[in-house]
Amino acid sequence: MARIKIRKPSATTGAVNIGSRCSVNPRLARRSFGKLSVATAALTGVAMTSRMIGKASTETGKPAPYLGSKTVRTICTHCAVGCGIEAEVHNGVWVRQEIAQDHPVSFGGHCCKGAGAIDMVTSEKRLKNPMKKVGGHWISITWDQALAEISTKLLDIRAKNGPDALHINGSAKVSNEMAYLQRKFAAFWGSNNIDHQARICHSTTEAGVANTWGYGALTNSINDMRHARSMIFIGSNAPEAHPVAMQHILHAREKNNAPIIVVDPRFTKLAAKASDYIRIRPGTDAAFMMGLVNAVVTNGWEDKEFIRTRVAGFEEMAKVAADYTPEAVEDITGIPAAEVTRIAGILAANRPTSLTWCLGGTQHHIGSSITRSFCLLQLVLGNMGKSGGGTNIFRGHDNVQGASDMSVLCDSLPGYYPVDKESSWQHWSRVWDVEYEWLVSRFYNKDYMLKKGFSLARWYEGVLGEEKIEQYTPIKAMIQWGCGANVNSQYGRVKRAYNKLELMVVVDPFPTMAAAMCERDNIYLLPSASQYETSGSVTSTSRQVQWREKVVEPIHDCRDDYTIMAGLVQRLGFAETFYKNIKQIPEDISRESAKGLLSIGYNGMSPERIKRHMANWHTFDMDTLQAKGGPCDGEYYGLPWPCWTEEHPGTPILWDISKSVAEGGLPFRNLFGNEVTWDASGRSENLLAAVGSCTPGSEVKGGYPEFKDVVSGTSWATDISQKTTREALARGMAPFGNARARCLVVEFPDQVPIHREPLHSPRPDLVVKYPTYEDKLDHFRVLTRYKTEQNSELVQAFPYVLTTGRMVEHMGTGAETRSNKYLAELAPDMYAEINPRLAKDLGIRAGGMMWIESPEGGRIRVKAKVTERVDEKTIFLPYHFGDMFEGKSLVDTIPAGHAPDVIGESANFVTNYGYDIITQNQATKDGLCTVSRA
Amino acid sequence: MARMKFLCDVERCIDCSGCVVACKEGHHIPVGVNRRRVITLDEGKPGEKSISISCMHCSDAPCMAVCPVKAIYQREDGIVLVNKKACIGCGYCFMACPFGAPQFPKGEIAGGRGAMDKCTFCAGGPEDTFSEEEKRLYGQNRIAEGKVPLCAGMCATKALLAGDADILEDVYRKRVFQRGSGAKAWGWKMAYRKE
Repeated sequence: MARIKIRKPSATTGAVNIGSRCSVNPRLARRSFGKLSVATAALTGVAMTSRMIGKASTETGKPAPYLGSKTVRTICTHCAVGCGIEAEVHNGVWVRQEIAQDHPVSFGGHCCKGAGAIDMVTSEKRLKNPMKKVGGHWISITWDQALAEISTKLLDIRAKNGPDALHINGSAKVSNEMAYLQRKFAAFWGSNNIDHQARICHSTTEAGVANTWGYGALTNSINDMRHARSMIFIGSNAPEAHPVAMQHILHAREKNNAPIIVVDPRFTKLAAKASDYIRIRPGTDAAFMMGLVNAVVTNGWEDKEFIRTRVAGFEEMAKVAADYTPEAVEDITGIPAAEVTRIAGILAANRPTSLTWCLGGTQHHIGSSITRSFCLLQLVLGNMGKSGGGTNIFRGHDNVQGASDMSVLCDSLPGYYPVDKESSWQHWSRVWDVEYEWLVSRFYNKDYMLKKGFSLARWYEGVLGEEKIEQYTPIKAMIQWGCGANVNSQYGRVKRAYNKLELMVVVDPFPTMAAAMCERDNIYLLPSASQYETSGSVTSTSRQVQWREKVVEPIHDCRDDYTIMAGLVQRLGFAETFYKNIKQIPEDISRESAKGLLSIGYNGMSPERIKRHMANWHTFDMDTLQAKGGPCDGEYYGLPWPCWTEEHPGTPILWDISKSVAEGGLPFRNLFGNEVTWDASGRSENLLAAVGSCTPGSEVKGGYPEFKDVVSGTSWATDISQKTTREALARGMAPFGNARARCLVVEFPDQVPIHREPLHSPRPDLVVKYPTYEDKLDHFRVLTRYKTEQNSELVQAFPYVLTTGRMVEHMGTGAETRSNKYLAELAPDMYAEINPRLAKDLGIRAGGMMWIESPEGGRIRVKAKVTERVDEKTIFLPYHFGDMFEGKSLVDTIPAGHAPDVIGESANFVTNYGYDIITQNQATKDGLCTVSRA
Repeated sequence: MARMKFLCDVERCIDCSGCVVACKEGHHIPVGVNRRRVITLDEGKPGEKSISISCMHCSDAPCMAVCPVKAIYQREDGIVLVNKKACIGCGYCFMACPFGAPQFPKGEIAGGRGAMDKCTFCAGGPEDTFSEEEKRLYGQNRIAEGKVPLCAGMCATKALLAGDADILEDVYRKRVFQRGSGAKAWGWKMAYRKE
């Protein structure tokens, strides 16, 4: 153990002081010392004394390098943790990355991707000018030519086939303002065929969670996990996917002795940090969760008061959960029966529990049931609306929360206003200041305006026409705007679709795999600037809105997204109406969208407020995220939505009734009516909160419905004068009412989450016992097979479970990170994880090559990583690689000089058929495959 | 005078390689040269641990002792640096170093080794402070700017600590103290397990 050393005081800042006040809680130290160097010392453990620094500077007596440089604060473009970046810019060049030590979430921390952010701008692999393919060769063209040809072709297709012949893959990588423009563009073009990565990411979370209690986002925040007394992670691997969040997670473990329970088919890097690791069979999460709920209820550990006052449908739900006895759970999940009870006991004894899930929980054909089962566990334990509790659902891409909020989605308009309601369109036509009838006229007809579009998960079926589609025309053109190409499962089908398209437009800083996959002369590459070369707001997974400032001007002949959009809209002929209220970009876009985004409370965050937060990182408290003093005094960092008014501090924890609404408290949302009669029991139940359950200062002491008709004919969500919201707040009430969270979702085929075997199940016996759904016609315009796809014989030919996931070095489909030379060096190889026993049985050696084949006929050749991370029945693939096909490199087909530093087989060639019953999220986590030595 | 040290807290290191890239990106280190690496032991098994390793700037540094041309020297604050212009690339330091820190850029003619490269604690080298030559050979001199080493500053979980040994010890002692409390104390499970 270290000795306590005696230190001599120094002239300027006492070294004794530093030592004695230095704390593992950097906040304390930061308040004590203004000097940057010392603050850093305490924050990061980098213990530089001011004395020593003073000496060094006087010693050299030289001016610092990059004299006259400026520091730009911006936000990392990789994951949704939203780490701060301090970029040093000298003569218009991003010369260095500084340590963003004051950032209230990351405190200077970065994973390898964030630490190499500068490469996003400097990578030699970036596209330099627009390109198109002519006679099988890539040629450079001007922007004018590119945009003119593309828009002529688009108008031509529109005239011939109608507006729905275009599909747009929007982006979770662009700013909120740009995402909003993407959605608006589709509406003005006249089609709902627009979608983005959230579809194949957390769409099932949004559906499941929003249908339980009103909003589908992370309820607390990453920082709030510091207060957890226990944590359970299921299908989440934070050290790989959200590394900087680990700072706060490990704090809770160290400070509160909080057990970390990791439930995953793999012994992940997070499992290495866990107190309890539970290996689960892929696709059986709902069974385990309902088992935990049942164990809690049968042992009497449920939070009875919470359930009495704030939960509906508990009895009906508990009756279904009773089927999931520890023994039944063991049979389905492979988790020993005793473990089920033991884990329930740990959670019951260590409240509040923070529950986190990621794509391991969402990418299943029953994803929207699984996500609800997570909510149910938190409801019965009474962990909602409490600091240290909540469902801390980590989102993936840096702005996937924001792009979802802006609804770059085929089933909603910005703010999650559903497309199938005329009132949504009327609301937005008021905001956009266009005639509703004009908007209708842009569509094929009103039915198509009110019909969900093709989703990102299956847009290519609209091109191929091999499955039964419900649209008057096949899809003829595709714009992939900031969306990696190889995101889709069954990627071989996508490849065929590319080559059937008349027009394929890729807008991206890198060529993406689409450049390699399109064999015909139908493709254009438009080099957009990276997000460091433009500005706008982004929403982190904690619902915090941060301002991403432009670091440098777009490099080469790249253009920022706003400029590209303007060029396109102009040529398509609706620029005047489109930009009616938008003069200053991007700020005016924020202002316009804020006018309409009432449903999720984006109306209180002006660009000015967000920028003020960025400038005052150091004033926010690490534990509460509230500014203590300074110009943002009392506000929560990033004004986490809903932020009801320009004076509102943001809502740091959803559903927290210990604070008044004006101070950031909230009851559950009244979204499902005021009363219900459950089909299962015939019992009628009030859906409003119990008497006495409300936020402090509420005029109504108990449940109340949403605010309507304050301005006649409108509700709080459609009153763009915002009078309704202000009145609700003045009365101490939530605009959306005070209701109960519901355990049953009456609109879903499974009102209570139940287990259903994966479509491609390794357990024929369980397919009989827990079969899937009936096939679904017109599921996002395409027939989606369930019953006819589930085949209990399949396992004989494809005996291993196939699951996919993240690596820390890469992001998404890897177009960006595989073009970063340092990240490429760290993780150069595509691989498959295989258990040592299985590898030996199949004659595969560590580092040897193996073929993986899917039931759909996809096959990839990958390196064997022999490891006990996976069990003997499971194969794991990271999904970040691309630019290879069936063992052959496609580098020759990519514009010369722009191929990534490393390439590899794309996991999505072998991911299986299977789509969520509600949202069509793709089931990439529980497929089947066969393996052989290559 | 403060004594500069590194400390990697294995309970916190998550093998994210943030330190590695922070170093490479900050100093423009060529691909193939690693001033810092993350090593993982028992990967995929209970007990898996990761640690970030670079030159530790040892007291009585063995590399200095074996260098035949006295190219390696130690500053008053403990930072060990190499004079690349004096180094003959013999590799003795690599043999002597218990941490595998010295790196020899590859790709030289006939496989010959270039001058040794290693972690500078972000303190540059013997050339003129902030000179182009210093930057080219050693990277940034952040210490002279009053700034902290990049690797520790950018560590995602604050596992990697760098700086004045006295303060490092304080930070680490408090962490250990915090972790040790309560029923999850190290060794308790083994020592006092209930039947």
